[in-house]
Amino acid sequence: MPAAPGRPIGVQFDQVEKRYGAVYALRNLTLGIAAGECVAIAGRNGSGKTTLLRVAAQLVRPGTGTVAYSGASEVRRPKIGFVGHATMVYDELTAEENLLFFARLLGVASPGKHVAELLREVALEDRKDSLLRTFSRGMRQRVAIARALLASPSLLLFDEPGTGLDKESGAWLTEQLRRLRDSGCTILMSLHGESETARLATRAIRLETGSVVADTRRGALFQTIFSAPGC
Amino acid sequence: MALLSNAAVLLGKEVRTEFRSRELLSTTMVFVLIVVVVFSFTFDPTSTESRRFGPGLLWMAFLFAASLMLQPCFLREQVNDTLGALRLAVEDPFAVFLAKIAANTVFLLFTELVMLPVFAALFNVSFGSQLPGVLLTFLLGSLGISIVGTALAAISAQARMRELLLPLLLLPLLTPILVVSTEVTIRLMQPEPYLEWKGIGLMAAFDAVFLTVLWLFGEYLLEE
Repeated sequence: MPAAPGRPIGVQFDQVEKRYGAVYALRNLTLGIAAGECVAIAGRNGSGKTTLLRVAAQLVRPGTGTVAYSGASEVRRPKIGFVGHATMVYDELTAEENLLFFARLLGVASPGKHVAELLREVALEDRKDSLLRTFSRGMRQRVAIARALLASPSLLLFDEPGTGLDKESGAWLTEQLRRLRDSGCTILMSLHGESETARLATRAIRLETGSVVADTRRGALFQTIFSAPGC
Repeated sequence: MALLSNAAVLLGKEVRTEFRSRELLSTTMVFVLIVVVVFSFTFDPTSTESRRFGPGLLWMAFLFAASLMLQPCFLREQVNDTLGALRLAVEDPFAVFLAKIAANTVFLLFTELVMLPVFAALFNVSFGSQLPGVLLTFLLGSLGISIVGTALAAISAQARMRELLLPLLLLPLLTPILVVSTEVTIRLMQPEPYLEWKGIGLMAAFDAVFLTVLWLFGEYLLEE
């Protein structure tokens, strides 16, 4: 199990707008995510979920508006764990080489030991010396999740993290997210449809054409976020 | 220190993946070999002619080899969005550039050094007494090509006409260092060879200026 996250951080989106050509991915979005919250984002394809997560990760600069992190003023870059649509790992390296490479970049203490532990967690210990290009989509996704958890991030951004995972791996992911949520890590994840992972969320948001159209805490309305058509 | 240690880790990855796939080195070496061999048949390789045309042909071959080598350096990072992972992992994005520049310089220099004896044999020239000068010229020239080429590869990787864009941008920007590198190499191939320090200074200045520009503005080149 990855080490406990650092001090949790919150994210504040203020009047954020992002356009790709004439298409608005995010439109005048103002949203506050408190430190320690676990937020599920729902929405149809093209509603802006991925852009929202990439803006939060500082991978995409918004056209207008600002993104601020609370509780992380002492660090220039907050520790962010990001799992995107792409695996963000190298096919021409082995699973162990990939994780060791990123662990060293992130300055993880005792990277060898930490990586061995993570490989055991994602049940890839026996395939650690295999090149990633020989892995199935689900196995690559497990390496991608392990990479995101390497530096014990304070903010986790998961873009449909269950993609390609079998039932067993999905259950493992849900368990990891539960532990991270309970230890105070801030989690923002985009999901399609209601699932075990979605039920971990303490808050659910629905996006439509780049704007928040529903925002609810646990309760009667929670399920309606995911039961909307296309979500 | 974090910048250098990150750059060292990234360089290790670049070298490991290249020596595993051997895609860039084999392609560029075959390319340079073909250019050198073809031109050796085109020109009568007497020493006088070789000294006049040789350095120009050599640097032209290195330039085209470099453009083949530079193109994939950022394209490969887009396949699985590993560039995003790198940007999240490194403290200073300049570390990514530093590692890619170092890797491209090493690969280009390696190609040049392997091709140098072939060129010397086919064009009937000898660099023996001036080998340190040749190495210094090749190092500064290759570094200049790599600095500008890596920056432009980062720009072109995000463009639609990426295959065309890199050579189009690369050639005009590299003209100054190619002219100086050729001039310095010509002096090293004279019957009484000497190292033209003024040219070496110009090459070092070119490298320093473009490296500084990249250090200041490189972060914006990696953004989506």
